[in-house]
Amino acid sequence: MEDIKKRIRITKFLDYIFAIVGLLSTLVGLALLFTLMTDLFMDGFPRLGYKFFASFPSRFPDEAGILSAWVGSFLVLLVTASAAIPIGVAAGIYLEEYAGKNWLTNIIEINIANLAGVPSIVYGLLALVVFVYFFKFGESILTGGLALALLILPMVIMATREAIRAIPNSIREASYALGATKWQTVQFHIIPYSTGGILTGIIIGLSRAIGETAPIITVGALTFIAFLPSSPFSSEFPFISFKWLFDPFTVMPIQMFNWVSRPQHEFQLNAAAAGIVLMMMTLLMNGFAIYIRYRFRKKIKW
Amino acid sequence: MVKELKAEVKKLNFYYGRVQALKEINLPIERRKVSALIGPSGCGKTTFLRCFNRMHDLYPHNRYEGEIILHPDNVNIISPQMDPIEVRMQISMVFQKPNPFPKSIYENVAYGLRVRGVSKREVLDEKVEKSLRGAVLWDEVKDRLNHLAFDLSGGQQQRLCIARALATNPRILLFDEPTSALDPTATLKIEELIVELKNEVTIIIVTHNMQQAARVSDYTAFMYLGEIVEYDKTDRIFTAPSNKLTEEYITGRFG
Ligand SMILES: Nc1ncnc2c1ncn2[C@@H]1O[C@H](COP(=O)(O)OP(=O)(O)O)[C@@H](O)[C@H]1O
Ligand SMILES: [Mg+2]
Repeated sequence: MEDIKKRIRITKFLDYIFAIVGLLSTLVGLALLFTLMTDLFMDGFPRLGYKFFASFPSRFPDEAGILSAWVGSFLVLLVTASAAIPIGVAAGIYLEEYAGKNWLTNIIEINIANLAGVPSIVYGLLALVVFVYFFKFGESILTGGLALALLILPMVIMATREAIRAIPNSIREASYALGATKWQTVQFHIIPYSTGGILTGIIIGLSRAIGETAPIITVGALTFIAFLPSSPFSSEFPFISFKWLFDPFTVMPIQMFNWVSRPQHEFQLNAAAAGIVLMMMTLLMNGFAIYIRYRFRKKIKW
Repeated sequence: MVKELKAEVKKLNFYYGRVQALKEINLPIERRKVSALIGPSGCGKTTFLRCFNRMHDLYPHNRYEGEIILHPDNVNIISPQMDPIEVRMQISMVFQKPNPFPKSIYENVAYGLRVRGVSKREVLDEKVEKSLRGAVLWDEVKDRLNHLAFDLSGGQQQRLCIARALATNPRILLFDEPTSALDPTATLKIEELIVELKNEVTIIIVTHNMQQAARVSDYTAFMYLGEIVEYDKTDRIFTAPSNKLTEEYITGRFG
């Protein structure tokens, strides 16, 4: 009896120790994050204002802004999304609903999982060779967007597959039993019921893409741009233009990097302000992803 | 009255890969009657039922041999030349667990029609109401057709699945233990419904519940180890079975 009591005391003590270690570890993480955020905010917050968003970069720190950077980031992301979403979702649907389960699909599956872990600069190199040298897209928005699309493609495919796998087989059988074809089943059931999971994956992928620097530098984004890409609207028929796709560009993290590497302290403040904007964008996108997941979870319970 | 056959199973063998699950099955299916399949768990009832609407075609390595002749067209619905989708357009199924789509009650019932290209609102409205009435669910849901099907109780969900299967005027309706996930009251309602439905459609029902087979069916087939041991009028099977194995099963000595 005494023995058992002693054992319980020791185990409880170990419990206690672990709780403290765990708490401390959590606090270290939180404290670091908090310090980083406050530092960033103290430096950057005073610079945030209409002028900061509406000005091009400049030699004079207090006149410099992020206009070309946020427009560039936005357009690059637009290209990324337009390429990665249809291809990734289609590939995910194909692998889950159409492809048979054999050694070939197994190899593809393992490869896609591994692709998600490839360093992003490798995607930059790939894009440089394929889109700049081979397809001659130039060091353009199109190339940058496609490079990031390659980067997030595995994430989109995996999110799609996971979302589809969560749909119970009984739903597929119910659809087929009513005489539906495969495409009807995909169109009426598989896609609608997995949209929540797919969107979440896409947004998380895009929020990672927006902060990526390495592949964008590799494909030759400029670090100093004082003009905007050409307008997507034109005065002549057909009134829209895709010339902007081939324009040079910069993006938020590169603009930040450019400022950080300047010796003047004032530029560091600009970098901090751009950092706040970038972080807010990422947080907003992640928040939106969480909201979407919550909405769909509420509607569809298996 | 002359007996009229809706379908005839002839020398049916079925294989899951190399494993033979059904052996030399011969069985007539009477038109507008309820035929019950009974037998111990694992004897192949579900496997047999799913041959009728070619559900096995959804998975690889499954193989049929023999014939299931559908009358009056006299076509073999398990022949490789027969498109499984064409078969499923004529033979509907209600599953063991209610499996409504996460859509509105209305859309659940309308789905089979949409698959067939029907999109006219009036046609859909009329068919949805008729099917829901047919499944004795109309009065309970007519004020909330746009609510999610998941808001219904288990028994209501199963009747919704029956309405969904009825909407396309199937020639045969398959039931795979439709009440095994339901409480006694809901079970009773479904049983009454099945008896009602046979005036319009030929029914094959799998059940592990012998009282249920006795209550709802006109004919009963007793299956054991992938074979049909005995087939007869239900009252004969339950009062004077001619096979020893059948007798042992219905008196509860095994299974
Ligand atoms: N997908 C499958 N693959 C291989 N064997 C199966 C499969 N489904 C069922 N079986 C086997 O076929 C036999 C009949 O199963 P089933 O038709 O489900 O029986 P019941 O519905 O009468 O309980 C069982 O031995 C079962 O293990
Ligand atoms: Mg079964």
